[in-house]
Amino acid sequence: MAEKSTKKEKTPRQPMPEQAPEARRRNFEEVPLGYSAETAMTEAQRCLQCKNPACVKGCPVSVDIRSFVGLVAEGKFSDAIHKIWEKNSLPAVCGRVCPQEIQCEGECVLGKKGEPLAIGNLERFVADYERTQGSGELPPKAEPTGKKVAVVGSGPSGLTVAGDLLLKGHEVTLFEAFHKTGGVLVYGIPEFRLPKDIVASEIASLEKQGMKIDCDAVVGKTVTLDEIFEDGFDAVYIGVGAGLPRFLDIPGENLINIYSANEYLTRANLMKGYRFPEYDTPIAMGKNVVVLGAGNVAMDSARTAMRLGADSVRIVYRRSRDEMPARAAEIHHAEEEGIEMYLLTNPLRFDGDEKGRVTRMECIQMELGEPDESGRRRPVPIEGAEFTMDCDLVVVAVGAGANPVLTQSDPEIALTRRGYIIADEETGKTTKPGVWAGGDIVTGQATVILAMGAGRSAADSIHKYLTWGW
Amino acid sequence: MFKIVDRKEMADGSIIMNQIEAPRIVAKAKPGQFVILKANETGERVPLTISDLDAEKGTIEVIYMVVGKSTAMFKALDVGDAYQDVIGPLGKPTDIEKLGHVVCVGGGTGIAVLFPITRGFKNAGNQVTSIIGARTKDLLILEDKMKGVSDKLRVCTDDGSYGTKGFVTDALKDVLENSRVDLVVAIGPVPMMKFVSALTREYDVRTLVSLNPIMIDGTGMCGCCRVTVGDETKFACVDGPEFDGHLVDFDGLIQRLRAYEEQEKEAYDNYCATMGNQ
Ligand SMILES: Cc1cc2nc3c(=O)[nH]c(=O)nc-3n(C[C@H](O)[C@H](O)[C@H](O)COP(=O)(O)OP(=O)(O)OC[C@H]3O[C@@H](n4cnc5c(N)ncnc54)[C@H](O)[C@@H]3O)c2cc1C
Ligand SMILES: Cc1cc2nc3c(=O)[nH]c(=O)nc-3n(C[C@H](O)[C@H](O)[C@H](O)COP(=O)(O)OP(=O)(O)OC[C@H]3O[C@@H](n4cnc5c(N)ncnc54)[C@H](O)[C@@H]3O)c2cc1C
Ligand code: SF4
Ligand code: SF4
Ligand code: FES
Repeated sequence: MAEKSTKKEKTPRQPMPEQAPEARRRNFEEVPLGYSAETAMTEAQRCLQCKNPACVKGCPVSVDIRSFVGLVAEGKFSDAIHKIWEKNSLPAVCGRVCPQEIQCEGECVLGKKGEPLAIGNLERFVADYERTQGSGELPPKAEPTGKKVAVVGSGPSGLTVAGDLLLKGHEVTLFEAFHKTGGVLVYGIPEFRLPKDIVASEIASLEKQGMKIDCDAVVGKTVTLDEIFEDGFDAVYIGVGAGLPRFLDIPGENLINIYSANEYLTRANLMKGYRFPEYDTPIAMGKNVVVLGAGNVAMDSARTAMRLGADSVRIVYRRSRDEMPARAAEIHHAEEEGIEMYLLTNPLRFDGDEKGRVTRMECIQMELGEPDESGRRRPVPIEGAEFTMDCDLVVVAVGAGANPVLTQSDPEIALTRRGYIIADEETGKTTKPGVWAGGDIVTGQATVILAMGAGRSAADSIHKYLTWGW
Repeated sequence: MFKIVDRKEMADGSIIMNQIEAPRIVAKAKPGQFVILKANETGERVPLTISDLDAEKGTIEVIYMVVGKSTAMFKALDVGDAYQDVIGPLGKPTDIEKLGHVVCVGGGTGIAVLFPITRGFKNAGNQVTSIIGARTKDLLILEDKMKGVSDKLRVCTDDGSYGTKGFVTDALKDVLENSRVDLVVAIGPVPMMKFVSALTREYDVRTLVSLNPIMIDGTGMCGCCRVTVGDETKFACVDGPEFDGHLVDFDGLIQRLRAYEEQEKEAYDNYCATMGNQ
């Protein structure tokens, strides 16, 4: 035993090959290039195959990590993907965007002494292998039940529900407000982090399994939930995300070239503004860019601005480095690409020129004070420590709230004080019979894997309902 | 796909009417609401007001002025062609109620936006006076339709080529001086709405305006369409597009509408150049 583990520890964690920072900071191609089959097997062989694997406890959907990694170690990639699919229908996405360091990899025992197993990289490898070289074999589908389910919102949560219920033999139609499916995976997370053809291929495979897509359908406006039921649907799942941008409510915020992150990233990703004028939607090309916030959304905005030709991009965050909510890999990548961090800095106001375009931001230096309710030390302004930053583009990435377009259209759906849907934690049932909800519209902006997990539990509950009743 | 079943050129081809098959939207649309249209894969999402509808045929009507690349591309679509996407109905419907005397003031393509609202107020039993204007006779649209839904219709042109010479505000002042007015609805170019609101403020008459900031999603998701109304920031696509004209920061709106001036010009010039070469 002792001998075995010393041998394993000798192989270091296999690094992910990446585009060099100097090159990638100006292009939209994916940053990590992916493991080769050999590297994947070498990495997988580092796994101790623990009897009681800690890693699984860190994964919100309990992917059987030990088994799939064991299969990768033996070169059985096709079996590995089937193992992952048992719990996770979008591994190519999760391998790329899960915050592994606080989930699966954060618990891996190898991490106690050295580096944890690269579970995310392996998950990504297996999914990519299946997509590009796999059999394309689809999972077996149950006999048609004749039941119809409407899924509202085509983000990871809705896609998971759709995939699960299709396999159980139900008919599924996806209603999406935008002209394209994928939710945040398409309009929010940029190409260089999650190539859009991966999302498209996941959706295409659901279509092959019979899923119908109804885009340009703003539920609450174009059709209501009651009309969906009148149309013959037996159940509805709501996964409309947290699509309401937050602003800071400070003077000058409506100046030109101050964007919400939603707008900036939608222009860049969904509308392909970075390919203007080939695509018709313009996007401001800032030279001196300031991004407010320090989550994944902020990192994505900052790195997009760099790729659109900025000379300088600054992340401005009112807390300290330890509190930055972004994935570790994104912060690391952003810094490698030359993005500067202004920590413990709080914006106070914006000034503009005669045309109403933003020209500078006044901020104040903060210091850490006493801990607040969340246990984090509260940032407090240092008296007299105001200073200004010149800028010609600002992206406000300080979080999102619940969009009321759907929820206000149906009084039977009970909401929290902040406008999120109240849904049963285990089943996802809302207060309206026949209607389930999950993902960001229930939890507030969270993660892809949590949105998928909520979708999976709701799909189980919907299946029970369609079989036995509410 | 959303097929164009009828099309008309107005005002020397500078303004176009399309009737588009969109049965689901027809079933829901109310006066004051708009749709977002996207011509093709690479196209922009363009907001246009629903200027009329035909419940039997399942069609909505939009009327737009050709001002840039996207509307020029729309103009190139014929009967039988289709928009890739039409999304709606979006925005809040006009709050239509019986008030007494309502004056509807429209300028340019704003008249198209004004028409269904005017009809709504007329059908609700109001006495409706309409004032419509254009720079010159050839640019005036929908005179007959407006006449059909108004008790009185006044027409003005800036150059005097038709109707009374002068601005709609001159005619409005006359009405305000000589009758009791319960509500003014003003829709047209932003400066026109600004002047109308300034005038009605003097007479203390409530005034509705319909704002047209740049939009992306039209569902409250991006904040691109934000406008200052009173002391608050509002999203025109979900909180509007109609607001109390006495509270709107029109100058801020005018500035934000110019946000992409240079890119719009570049796109339009490129488009005209490639069209010219064909
Ligand atoms: C820029 C960005 C980067 C992120 N990075 C990460 C990351 O690295 N890792 C991670 O785990 N998480 C990340 N997240 C968070 C993650 O993407 C979300 O938690 C997740 O997408 C939520 O999924 P969802 O299915 O609930 O909703 P969404 O993905 O938001 O999808 C909701 C869908 O519903 C549609 N919709 C909304 N209203 C209606 C309506 N009325 N009718 C019809 N359709 C409607 C929307 O258009 C959208 O397509 C990021 C988020 C953003 C914005
Ligand atoms: C709710 C709403 C309803 C509207 N209804 C009508 C209508 O019924 N008829 C009509 O002719 N126009 C209407 N508009 C305006 C119309 O959307 C714009 O004229 C159109 O987007 C211009 O696109 P373009 O590419 O041809 O011109 P661009 O080259 O993009 O711009 C030319 C001019 O149009 C303005 N503009 C650009 N994009 C928008 C936009 N998304 N919204 C508003 N203005 C913009 C610019 O400031 C510029 O002055 C409406 C706008 C809104 C927001
Ligand atoms: S789904 Fe996410 S958390 Fe779970 S094993 Fe995969 S990468 Fe780790
Ligand atoms: S905890 Fe680490 S070493 Fe143990 S099974 Fe999981 S991945 Fe392998
Ligand atoms: S257009 Fe995006 S919020 Fe109004």
